[in-house]
Amino acid sequence: MSYFNAAMAARARQLVSLYPKARSALVPLCHLAQEQDGWLRPEAMEEIAELVGVTPAEVRGTASFYDMLHTEPVGRYVVSICTNIACLLDGAAELLDHASERLGVPVGGTTADGVFTLEEAECLADCDHPPCVQVNHRFVRTTTADAFDRLIDELAAGGRTEEIPPHGTLVRIRRSGGLRVPPDEIARERAQRAQGDG
Amino acid sequence: MAEPQAGPPGTVTFTLDGRRVTGREGELVISAAERAGVYIPRFCYHPRLAPVGMCRMCLVEVVGPRGATLQPACIATVEEGGEIVTDSPKVKKAQDGILEFLLINHPLDCPVCDKGGECPLQDQTLAYGPGESRFVEEKRHFAKPIALSELVLLDRERCIQCGRCTRFAEEVAGEAQIDFAGRGERLEVAMFPTRPFTSYFSGNTVQICPVGALTATPYRFTARPWDLDQVESTCTTCAVGCRVAVQSSANRLTRLLGLDSEPVNHSWLCDKGRFAYEAVNGDEVRAGPAAADGRPVTLGSSHPRGAFAGEVIETASKVGRVTEPMVRAGDRHVRAGWSRALAEAARRLGEVRAAHGPEAIAVLGGGRLTNEGAYAWTKLAKAVLGTDSVDAQLGDGLPAELVLALPRATIDETCSAPVVVLIGGDVREELPVLFLRLRRAVLDGRTRIVEVSPRSTALTQYAAVSLRVRPGDVPAVARILAGQPGPLPSHPAGPACSPEQLAQARALVEAAGGEAGSSVVVAYGRSSLAEDPSFDAAAVSTLAVAWPGARFLPLLRRGNVHGALDMGMAPGILPGRTSLEGGRAWFVEHWGSVPRARGKAATEVLQSAAEGGPGSVRALVLVGCDPLQDFPDAALAARALAGAEVVVAVAGHPSPALDHADVVLPVAVAHERPGTTTNIEGRVTRLGQKLVPPGLAWPDWTIATALADELGYDLAIGSVTEIAEEIERVAPAYRGFSPGYLDQVSGHDGLVVPLGTADAPPVAPIDPMATPGIGQVEQQGAPPRAGLTETVERELLAALHPEPAGEGAPAPMRRPAVEPVALPPPDHYSLRLVSTRRLYDRSSAVVGSPSLEPLVPPARALANPSELARLGVQDGERVRVTSPRGQVVLEAGADAGVPKGVLVVEFNLAEPAGAPNAASALIDATVPVNDVRLETL
Ligand code: SF4
Ligand code: SF4
Ligand code: FES
Repeated sequence: MSYFNAAMAARARQLVSLYPKARSALVPLCHLAQEQDGWLRPEAMEEIAELVGVTPAEVRGTASFYDMLHTEPVGRYVVSICTNIACLLDGAAELLDHASERLGVPVGGTTADGVFTLEEAECLADCDHPPCVQVNHRFVRTTTADAFDRLIDELAAGGRTEEIPPHGTLVRIRRSGGLRVPPDEIARERAQRAQGDG
Repeated sequence: MAEPQAGPPGTVTFTLDGRRVTGREGELVISAAERAGVYIPRFCYHPRLAPVGMCRMCLVEVVGPRGATLQPACIATVEEGGEIVTDSPKVKKAQDGILEFLLINHPLDCPVCDKGGECPLQDQTLAYGPGESRFVEEKRHFAKPIALSELVLLDRERCIQCGRCTRFAEEVAGEAQIDFAGRGERLEVAMFPTRPFTSYFSGNTVQICPVGALTATPYRFTARPWDLDQVESTCTTCAVGCRVAVQSSANRLTRLLGLDSEPVNHSWLCDKGRFAYEAVNGDEVRAGPAAADGRPVTLGSSHPRGAFAGEVIETASKVGRVTEPMVRAGDRHVRAGWSRALAEAARRLGEVRAAHGPEAIAVLGGGRLTNEGAYAWTKLAKAVLGTDSVDAQLGDGLPAELVLALPRATIDETCSAPVVVLIGGDVREELPVLFLRLRRAVLDGRTRIVEVSPRSTALTQYAAVSLRVRPGDVPAVARILAGQPGPLPSHPAGPACSPEQLAQARALVEAAGGEAGSSVVVAYGRSSLAEDPSFDAAAVSTLAVAWPGARFLPLLRRGNVHGALDMGMAPGILPGRTSLEGGRAWFVEHWGSVPRARGKAATEVLQSAAEGGPGSVRALVLVGCDPLQDFPDAALAARALAGAEVVVAVAGHPSPALDHADVVLPVAVAHERPGTTTNIEGRVTRLGQKLVPPGLAWPDWTIATALADELGYDLAIGSVTEIAEEIERVAPAYRGFSPGYLDQVSGHDGLVVPLGTADAPPVAPIDPMATPGIGQVEQQGAPPRAGLTETVERELLAALHPEPAGEGAPAPMRRPAVEPVALPPPDHYSLRLVSTRRLYDRSSAVVGSPSLEPLVPPARALANPSELARLGVQDGERVRVTSPRGQVVLEAGADAGVPKGVLVVEFNLAEPAGAPNAASALIDATVPVNDVRLETL
């Protein structure tokens, strides 16, 4: 049985068709799978392997390289706090300690109710608002302990769902406008080019 | 400074540490330097893998337009006029740095590490390292070890992240079941949690790991390299003939490592070949037909140790081996000692011969013998006993007269032929390392494969065209390939391969020279054990007639079956690829006598013994074979053994047939006797002796000469060397060949007979960094290539072109005309049975090896999904398969690689309930094809 639900499966096939080599779609497909479950379940990796023509071990290998891909279960909200230099100078370590205390989990841990996972992150590219915090890869610009607590309360109460969808939906994977170029056009161009080569 | 002068074309001249040296164009600095005598340390570089430059251990200074820069010597190539420095302070500092970093994360648990004493990390740290570490923090810790498979364990903290193992899996085996996971210092080799590293080639990763991160379960903690002894030899688990270093300690085999042989195995082994040495040690048989009740086994399936009360081999040190001569006393075997057992065997055989003539005796088996043993047994059978009913193949091969008469291709020629037509089963299952060679040849664009097989195989995805055939279709497909268009045998479900595919295949052949066929190699074996061999044989014959320039590589898989055939162990032939008639005068002159007329092949022998009556076979001599397990038709084999008046078994391992034996003679097996072996391409290589045979077991040839003595004849051979000399003298294909050549430098990878048909390729020196464990053991005083002499090299080259044979020597064999038997039309209700081989089957090599035995898969009834749907059978459901011969209950499996109208039951596997070999319960070996019915329970 397919791991991806029908809509996701269609999206997955679209993604594969985007690239000249199927295996180039490996990372996008991992993001897609995370959208469904929050993390890469073994079944997901096996299905991705089949879709892009590599082995499950290779999918695991690639996925485990990236911090944004989770090969272990994570909470509904993944809270990432940057501790690189700009943020560190502006209280990142303290905020991280506070977050750990507030959530009651060590860095890297997931709360018992499965709602939050706390992560220490490398530069998140928002250095002018230190210390930088992301939830499910969305900047929340929450730089103080108080603001952090309010955010957690809100999320725990089920708020801000519009702004922070569950799990790590990435803009590139789910562009609102769909694919920029329709797949048949890509196929046509490719065929033309192949002919030109021959 | 004047520009250095350019060398001959294809070479470049550069400066290496101030010396001018020559390298090949495009050659890597690391190997050019090595050939020039400058060793550059390395970890990730392996001469048989594509370089990746991952470990940086090989940094050297390369002088370029912008001055000298540090570059990895395994990536940089030599340039005309270039300058390389390997011994500057800067290089030394880089080496220090890399090693210090590697050791930060390394546990240095050498005292409890299998690699200690043969470890490239130890050796290179000593030679190039800083000698001191500045790291005082806590090191990484991992749970240790974790199992990647039943055979391979991983100690992650020892891994230096060189990627040799992962690259091997992907690049060489084509099965990336392991890959790096994680990043940075947490990078680890990992499998997917639910998918173990089941590749047939997994042991090679253990062999090439430059540290003790990967260990093999059979070897782990069994020995220290400095306690090991070794000998160079050849694996005879199948007929590829991979070169190996066989290592032992205290008269027990501990490990086999692949030697790098350019013409054969490129340093790789399959796991069966690598680990089946356990069966030779034979000290534990975990399960299987020989010990279904869990008790240790001495002999025969129904004779567990207790049943022998007092009479038997209490003294035997090895329970998985036959170690003492025995004779039957009523319904039991009793220990006899050699003189009594030989006398008894000779008496019984002599009686049969006196009463019924020599034709009443048949000798089966021989694929497990050395060439010398095979020659001695042929001489015993054909010159002394006088029977021509001798067969080293047990109904699972092809007619010897055809195989020996076809012009032979080498493995190298096959892997560089523009087109290879492959007829037969799955090469990865039958001749594993040949699969690696063919796969590489296809990926490198050297060859294209036209595959003709009854089901899709591991090579299918690499084949340019893959043609499915049903039993009996092969001759028609061969005719079409040969440019003689005609219909395929009709079938209700339509042909198994399409006209377009056939046209495509034909076009490939035409593009490669068509009927001239000189760029075509036909690699051929047995497609299925459930159909008459004449189908495959006729197909090959058709191609041989149509393509006079083509060459042929036989894929008969049994250990030394090619040596046995070359030595005459088949009906209608005599040693040296000579026909019985063609060689009659010559061999009468040398031997005194040869059989009156052509004898019976294995199937006819068993049929005759089973049926009895006047002129039938009454005595069976089994030489290292068990028809109950090896012959495709178990019922016929059982009737034959029951019907035979006398059964003499020469056996190394206990097996069910021994129950029927009147006399059992224990024989030394692989690694227990010296000699030579001949592989699929006709390459003769050395077999080294590493062990003293267990108990009273004797070498194969000694038993033949002793038995001849008992019968009152002198075989006139007193040693392996004498036999080899006699072979050279009398066997035409071995003319000029002396085993002494194999001890010379360029003889190490063997010589192809007849001499002069293939050159002796360069032999690689042992590379202690590529395959740790051989060179290091050698340094400790155990040279595997003992007796290596360079002085007689010239003699060897001359020998490659031997003098023509003298007066009266037999002419080369002529290809026999082969016609396929008539193919009965299929009906709508039956499926046609196909039986192919798996690597891990219930052969004594696997069942006797505790590490391999659990890997034998259960037999299943495999059919096309649409066929199962038509019959209303679910994938995984238990079904009853019925043939006129018998009935078995198996799990059904859907397999899209099986054509419609066909049912596949693989040979000699375990049936789920533990009963072995469902296939041979279904097969009738005396009919052209076997039709079976499939029903749900
Ligand atoms: S396990 Fe061995 S071969 Fe594999 S990457 Fe580690 S050190 Fe290299
Ligand atoms: S391929 Fe054959 S000869 Fe080579 S290691 Fe395997 S069993 Fe031995
Ligand atoms: S980088 Fe050259 S051997 Fe590893």
